[in-house]
Amino acid sequence: MRAWRRFRHHTPAMIGLGIILTFVVLAIAAPWISPYDPNAQDLGASIQGPSASHWLGADQLGRDIATRLMYGARISLLIGVLAVAIGLVIGVPLGMVAGYYGGWADLAISRLADMMFAFTSILLALTLVAVLGVSLQNVIIAVGISVIPVIIRLVRSSVLSLREEPYVEAARALGASNFRIITRHVFRNSLTPVLVHGTLSIGVSILLAAGLGFLGLGVQSPTAEWGTMLGEGRQFIFSAPHLTTFPGIAIFLAILAFNLLGDGLRDALDPRMRTVDGPAG
Amino acid sequence: MKGTAAHIVRTLLLSLITLFGVSVLIFLMLRVLPGDPARVLAGLNASEDQVARIRADLGLDDSLFSQYGSFLTGLLQGDLGQSARTSQPVTQEIGVRLPATLMLAVVATIIGTIAGVTAGVVAAVRRNSLVDHVISSVAMMGVSMPVYWLGLLLILLFAVTLGWLPAAGSGDPLSIVLPAVTLAAFSTALISRMTRASMLEVLGQDYVRTAEAKGAPPRTVIIRHALRNAFIPILTVISLQFGALLGGAVLTETVFGWPGIGRLLVDSIGARDFAVVQGIVLVYAAAFILLNVIVDVLYVVIDPRIRY
Repeated sequence: MRAWRRFRHHTPAMIGLGIILTFVVLAIAAPWISPYDPNAQDLGASIQGPSASHWLGADQLGRDIATRLMYGARISLLIGVLAVAIGLVIGVPLGMVAGYYGGWADLAISRLADMMFAFTSILLALTLVAVLGVSLQNVIIAVGISVIPVIIRLVRSSVLSLREEPYVEAARALGASNFRIITRHVFRNSLTPVLVHGTLSIGVSILLAAGLGFLGLGVQSPTAEWGTMLGEGRQFIFSAPHLTTFPGIAIFLAILAFNLLGDGLRDALDPRMRTVDGPAG
Repeated sequence: MKGTAAHIVRTLLLSLITLFGVSVLIFLMLRVLPGDPARVLAGLNASEDQVARIRADLGLDDSLFSQYGSFLTGLLQGDLGQSARTSQPVTQEIGVRLPATLMLAVVATIIGTIAGVTAGVVAAVRRNSLVDHVISSVAMMGVSMPVYWLGLLLILLFAVTLGWLPAAGSGDPLSIVLPAVTLAAFSTALISRMTRASMLEVLGQDYVRTAEAKGAPPRTVIIRHALRNAFIPILTVISLQFGALLGGAVLTETVFGWPGIGRLLVDSIGARDFAVVQGIVLVYAAAFILLNVIVDVLYVVIDPRIRY
């Protein structure tokens, strides 16, 4: 409960949480907030700047940018959460096995993580999307796979240090099976870094997916996706910079929010790290 | 020192295994790719016979195993195959573009290291002051900034509004400024956060207080005693960042029309030119792995306590 109190008094984390909740509400309530259809074209309003009827202006096809950003929040949040879910479901068990058993299992799993690291996340995601074809589902899979190696390393190193803890030795001495020790004792105690890193990874995943969209290799038009909007608006950068400015702000705020929240969770859950890497003040 | 040498040999061996694994992974990934490279290479008006001949020439009718065998044989001889788009050797396509990407990444790393370490040290030394708050906030924004959007903003400000710097291309010597600064922004922010954290940990140590008590000037204490000991985690971040910069160059090069291999990769994916994609991924992976080995060796040089 002390952690909860620390978390609630962590101003940056609360700001992050506030931004995320705002995005969630806008994403869910988009059809009721906006009078526009995200894909309805109105060529008369093409690249119009912000006005009373189009708060954030209209894009090259006269679509309302504010509306598209709200619908885009659905896509970005969905990608962020599902990609990290994929990364955790595959990465956590692999990291546990590598850290707990060591030996050949560790050698094999760690090499796999090394290989994926050597690809670098953007190249891995780019190549996977190129192979699988561009679609929302494939972007989620590609970004999710690129989350895996970080999770493997994180969980592995966390388990390595837990393996020698007295309560794990005690459980072993009492005859608990490896499976039971891993699921009951080791897993629970490595939850903190996983939770912190999972939160930060949502932001990274949103950034990566938007980057794919920017390159034209992400979620395809006409679906409103922030990175795709930014990439398509790029050719109007000189005449109508609002086409790129507002999607840019949306991506930036979403990533900032998950970074603030992740940092706050770490400060609250792991007081030892607070003095070291906490926010100033 | 014997242990250290053994450690380095072991690291090199593991790195080779990793690189071999990457080559298998990328090879397998791209063989599942929909689309027939022989048809792309033959062009739109080619007859079925011509396509079949090219497919046979490329060895696409052979089993996956023997295809990988000839790929690996070529690789060991420095032959990465032929681009489907330009019919040029892949090594040549990459070789022409690689210096531009390396230059961008090196300049960005230098900017990121100097700016990031300085900002981090200042923030740590003046902990909880206004300067620290400003640096920490800017760093937080820096790690949250999409690199392509930052690039567009800088183009708007410095190329369009002020007209100080070229917006794109690589003809003018000044044209590297905007892409390098854009690419460096994220690493600067990350390195400053890591430096601050690492310095704070070290500044509380006994030997730092001893040095202070002996009357050593603050500058000596900070640089000689604190920063040197705080440098291992900072070095790790810088080296990881260099890898990330090569990756980030894909986006930055696209924004600024910089003629490096990142843009070549995006173009090649669009054109389904998979020999080039495969070559670029391998070059990236090799660079990343080599860098890790170098850093591993540097640890021992920087910190005499590290012995394997």
